[in-house]
Amino acid sequence: MIFTDVMVIGGGPAGMNAALTAAESGAQVLLVDKFQKLGGQLVKQTHKFFGWADRGAGTRGFNLAKQLAAQVNAHPNIKTLLGYEVIGGYPDQTYLAASWEDHVKISAKKAVICTGAAERMILFENNDLPGVMGAGAVQTLMNEYGVLPGESFLIVGSGNVGVILAYQLLQAGAHVDAVIDVLPKLGGAYWVHAAKVQRLGVPLLLRRTVLGVYGTEHVEEAVTAEVGENMEPVAGTEMHHKVDVVALAVGLMPLTDLFQMLQVRTEYIPELGGFVPWHDELGHTTNPNVYVAGDAGGIEEATTASLGGSIAGLVAAKELGFPVDENRIQEYLRALSSFRESSLSKKVLEGIERMRGDSNA
Amino acid sequence: MNEENIIVCRCEDITLKQLREAIKDGYDSWDKLKRYLRIGMGPCGGKTCKLLVLRELAMVKNVPISNLYLRKTVVRPPVRSVPFKALEKEASL
Repeated sequence: MIFTDVMVIGGGPAGMNAALTAAESGAQVLLVDKFQKLGGQLVKQTHKFFGWADRGAGTRGFNLAKQLAAQVNAHPNIKTLLGYEVIGGYPDQTYLAASWEDHVKISAKKAVICTGAAERMILFENNDLPGVMGAGAVQTLMNEYGVLPGESFLIVGSGNVGVILAYQLLQAGAHVDAVIDVLPKLGGAYWVHAAKVQRLGVPLLLRRTVLGVYGTEHVEEAVTAEVGENMEPVAGTEMHHKVDVVALAVGLMPLTDLFQMLQVRTEYIPELGGFVPWHDELGHTTNPNVYVAGDAGGIEEATTASLGGSIAGLVAAKELGFPVDENRIQEYLRALSSFRESSLSKKVLEGIERMRGDSNA
Repeated sequence: MNEENIIVCRCEDITLKQLREAIKDGYDSWDKLKRYLRIGMGPCGGKTCKLLVLRELAMVKNVPISNLYLRKTVVRPPVRSVPFKALEKEASL
């Protein structure tokens, strides 16, 4: 059994920052991640981040992961447990983490859960045909392992993930047939990214959905159609795309299994990506020993995940009795609200308000 | 679109047709569908299909998704499938 003050689950931007601020406050920290490498989704991001300069804007994602991991590894109060996934949490604040070979029992006074999100799937004909994959899977294969999983791509979803994937695919020499979106306007992507992809000749087709993919052994063709006001496909508007990969960038949903297991109340908040653990601005959930930061608490992006992680780490340490400078927490909170002033955060703010409102009612 | 060729749960290979028929037959909650179809019982533990199933149930029952998933203790360890040998052996760290 490993005994620790704070266990952080998930080594992405939220988790690494939570581990760092809790450790800097004097707490013993155990950082657990199911992968062998720290960084979470940052490791597959080859583009430079927008956002707040103090939080890595202008730095490429994988370099940001390296910088944070170096700080984590250098800190004497942080132990890392890589290649282990936390698969159980129990009412006596013990946890079970397992690899494919063995397991570790952990006793943690506080847990900061930063498990991130999973990709959503959508329904269309033959959606299990090889060649249909999540945008994240394409990025992992291409950017992390150097394998291009196809030659010609149709991207479904014009949010940040879909549009950035289109650009990365072009950089890797692949053909991008089109980026489609069921909505009448560009998804959550930064306009400058979308404009760049369109300048490079990739059509952005709005109000369009996938009807199905066809092929004998793998995807050879995708069929899309326009949708009407009721979101139903309109007959006669079909387009046939000769592609071998259909990458789904149709949104993410928070991973909330551990929260539910730990009796944290979850709420269904579509603006935050689905079911989310109820939490306040400091990362408290409805379980006094469980905190949340990053996409696990609602889909946003790396800057807000980093800030949320820093806050939750400080708050967890403070509530264990370690001396924490209150001004630091306030400073991160101010940074978080000023970052969220951008119009792209409007939906998130509405979701947060609804989540908190629901629980106060 | 042919519902028989649309997969809702890719771990257990459950199609939209099977799901709709099961709901029609009275298996009208996430828990009942899990027991009857094994939907959400594969390696991913429902990470992929849960929202799709709940959306379908919400449509059929004409209630918001938030009303459909209320049991608090529905998630039990392990959240992901692990080999028995991993549970047998405690790591020496």
